[in-house]
Amino acid sequence: MYRYDQYDQALVDERVVQYRDQTRRFLAGELPDEEFRALRLRNGLYIQRFAPMLRISIPYGLLSSAQVRMLAHIARTYDKNYGHFTTRQNIQFNWPELARVPDILADLASVQMHAIQTSGNCIRNITSDHLAGVAKDELVDPRPYCEITRQWATFHPEFNWLPRKFKIAFSATTSDRAAIRVHDIGVQIVHNEAGELGYTVYVGGGLGRTPIIGVKIREFLPELDLLSYLEAVLRVYNRLGRRDNMYKARIKILVKETGADKFRDMVEAEWAQINDGELKLAPGDIDYMKSRFDTFEYDAGAADDTSFADKLAQDSAFAAWAKRNIAAHRVPGYHIVFVSLKASGIAPGDITDTQLDAVAELADRHSFGEIRATHDQNLVFADVRQSDLYVVWQRLNELGLATPNIGLLTDLICCPGLDFCSLANAGSIGVAQDIFDRFDNLDDQYDVGPIKVKMSGCMNGCGHHSVGHIGILGVDKKGEEWYQVTLGGSAENDASLGDRTGPSFGRGEIADAIQKIIEIYLDTRTSEDESFLDCYRRVGMAPFKTKLYDREAVSA
Amino acid sequence: MTLIHAGEIIDDTYPLVADDAAIPASGSALIGWDRFEKEQDALGDSRSRIGLLLPNTLDVAANIDPLLAAPLLVLQFPGFADGRAYSQARLLRDRYGYQGDLRATGQAVVLDQIGELLRCGFSSLHLRADQDPQRCLAAFKAPSLRYQSASDSVPVVRFGRRAISG
Repeated sequence: MYRYDQYDQALVDERVVQYRDQTRRFLAGELPDEEFRALRLRNGLYIQRFAPMLRISIPYGLLSSAQVRMLAHIARTYDKNYGHFTTRQNIQFNWPELARVPDILADLASVQMHAIQTSGNCIRNITSDHLAGVAKDELVDPRPYCEITRQWATFHPEFNWLPRKFKIAFSATTSDRAAIRVHDIGVQIVHNEAGELGYTVYVGGGLGRTPIIGVKIREFLPELDLLSYLEAVLRVYNRLGRRDNMYKARIKILVKETGADKFRDMVEAEWAQINDGELKLAPGDIDYMKSRFDTFEYDAGAADDTSFADKLAQDSAFAAWAKRNIAAHRVPGYHIVFVSLKASGIAPGDITDTQLDAVAELADRHSFGEIRATHDQNLVFADVRQSDLYVVWQRLNELGLATPNIGLLTDLICCPGLDFCSLANAGSIGVAQDIFDRFDNLDDQYDVGPIKVKMSGCMNGCGHHSVGHIGILGVDKKGEEWYQVTLGGSAENDASLGDRTGPSFGRGEIADAIQKIIEIYLDTRTSEDESFLDCYRRVGMAPFKTKLYDREAVSA
Repeated sequence: MTLIHAGEIIDDTYPLVADDAAIPASGSALIGWDRFEKEQDALGDSRSRIGLLLPNTLDVAANIDPLLAAPLLVLQFPGFADGRAYSQARLLRDRYGYQGDLRATGQAVVLDQIGELLRCGFSSLHLRADQDPQRCLAAFKAPSLRYQSASDSVPVVRFGRRAISG
C-alpha cells in the first residue's frame, strides 16, 4: 500500500471541503447546472439514467483492507448494497444521492481515498499492471512511478481543462497487462543498453469511436525526466488539441492529424525548454516514494508446504479453480489469487457489501491486507501462501467469488450498458448473461482456452471492445439494440484492433453468433495449443465471415 | 464588470478600443492582437501604454518580442471548459519572464477556477458578470501547498519532502 503522508492527507481533506461548498452552492441555485456538471465530473460524479454515479479512484488498482471495508460501508450506507469495478481499476457506485456525495468523500478521505479526476477532461487515474510487485517478469515495481505521476497530475493547474480526458498507464513487464498502447500516454519502464532505468513512451493510443494503437515517440527517456516529459506532451496537447469537435479532441487525433514525427518534434522542442527545471526528479524523490509503499516479510519456508499438493489431488473442484484462478508469484511458496467477479447472474465487475467485507477479511488473514482491482474487472490477492490456498478457495466459494473462469470465455469484460449508462445505445449486461448461459459448461470453456471477450454498450468503448479477441459493440438501430462483432483485437504487447465481421446481429442472435465463432475456431485451429487470437491471425476473417452469415443467406 | 488585481477590486484603466475606432492620443488602451500586428510599426512609442487582447490560439513563443514589451496582456477564455490560455499564461510567465499585468477574461473567470488562474501566473482577473466579487476576492489567495510547481510560489510537496528527508 502507498501510505499518505501529511501532505497527501491535507490535499484530499481540502478537496472534500471545496466539493462540499460546490454542492451546497449548486443546491442553493448559485451555480449554473452546466458549470456544476464540469466541477462534479472532476470529482467523478455523473448523472446517469436513474441516479448519479460516483466513480472512486483506485490508483493503479491497489487497495488496503481498510479501504475495501469503507467501500462496503459506502455500498450499505449510500447505495443499494453493491458497487461495480470498472475497466480502469476504479469502482463505481450507481445510486448515491447527490446531496450526500460530500459525506461519501469525507468517509473516503478517512481511509486515504478520493474521487479526484476520475472523470472530466483532465488527467485521469493512473493505471498499471495488477500484478505489480509480485510478477515474475517485472523489471521494477512500477507503482512508485505511477504515484509520482498521480501526484504531479493531481490538481495540475494548467491541465485541468484539457480538450478531452487523458489516460496514462504504466507497465514494467515483458508481457503488458496494463494495455499501455491504448492509452493517451503509455509508459513502458525499461533498461537501456547501459543498464540505466528509464522509459519508452507511447502516445496517442485510445479506444472509443476512433480506436488507435499508440505510437512510440521516445525510445528511452532517463528515469529522472519523467515529469518534465509528461508535462511537455500535455502542454502541446492543451495548446493544440482540437476543441471544435469532442469526437476529435483526444490526443490520438492530434497525433494522427499532425503526423507522429512532427508531433514528436514539438514535444521534444517543448521538453528541451523544461527538462532541467523544477520538474526534474531527484533520486531522493523516487526513493521517498518507494519508502511510502509497504514491504512484506515473506516466509522463506513457504514452499515446504505439502498440503497444497495433497488438496489438489484430493479435491477436483479445488484443482479446477487452482488451474485457472491462481498464478505464479516471484517468491517460491506464494501464489497470486484471482477473485472472479464474473459469476452467472451478476453483472461483470459487480460486488456486494457483504462480499467486500469478506474480501477485506480474507486479505487481512492471507494476503498482507492488500487487494488489487484488475482492468479485467476482477480482484486479486497478490501474496497468498500456498498452504492457505485451500481455505481461501473455500471461503471464496461460499461467497460466490470462486468461478474458475479467469482468462476464459465467461471472464468477459463489459461496461454497465443501457441498464445504467445514459450514453449507451444497447444493453451489455443481458448479453453477458446470455453468453454465460451458453458456455456455462466449464469443460467447454477449458477446451476453448484463453480468450478475451470484451463488450461495450456504445462506441465510447468503456468495455474495450476494439481490443477484444472477440469484441462486441452495442449499437442503436431505429430504437432496437444491435451488436457489431469484431475479431482479432488485442491490448497486449501485440496490440491490434479487431476487424468487423460484417453486418451487426440482433439482440436475439448475438449469443448464437458468438457460439458460432467459437465453433468455427474449434474446427479451424491446428491444435489445442493454437489460441483463438493466433488462429484468427493465421486464417483471417474469411472462414468466420462465410460461416457466420451463412444462416442469414439461407433464411433470406 | 469587476476587475480584481492583487487581491483588490480596481478600476479598469485599459478601455477596449474597437478595431475600427481611433486609438486615443494619450492614456492607456487595450487593442486586439490582429490590429496590433497590422499597426505595430505605426504605434511606435505608444506601444508602452497599449495592452493587447490575445486570442487563445496565438503561439506566444513565435510572437514573444512584442508581447514582452506590452504593459498588459489579456488572455481569453471563450468557454468555461476551454483551458488553452492556461498554457499561454505559463509560457509567458515561466518561459519568457513576462513582468507586466497578465489578465484573464471570459467564461472561465469564475470562483471555481480562481485557484488555477492564480497558479498559472495571472495577476488580474476580469470576473465573469454573474460572479460575486466579494466571494471571489476571498478566494484570491494562494493555497497552502500543491503537488506540482507552477508559475506561483506555492510550496511544492516534493520540495517539502526533500527538506524533511534531507
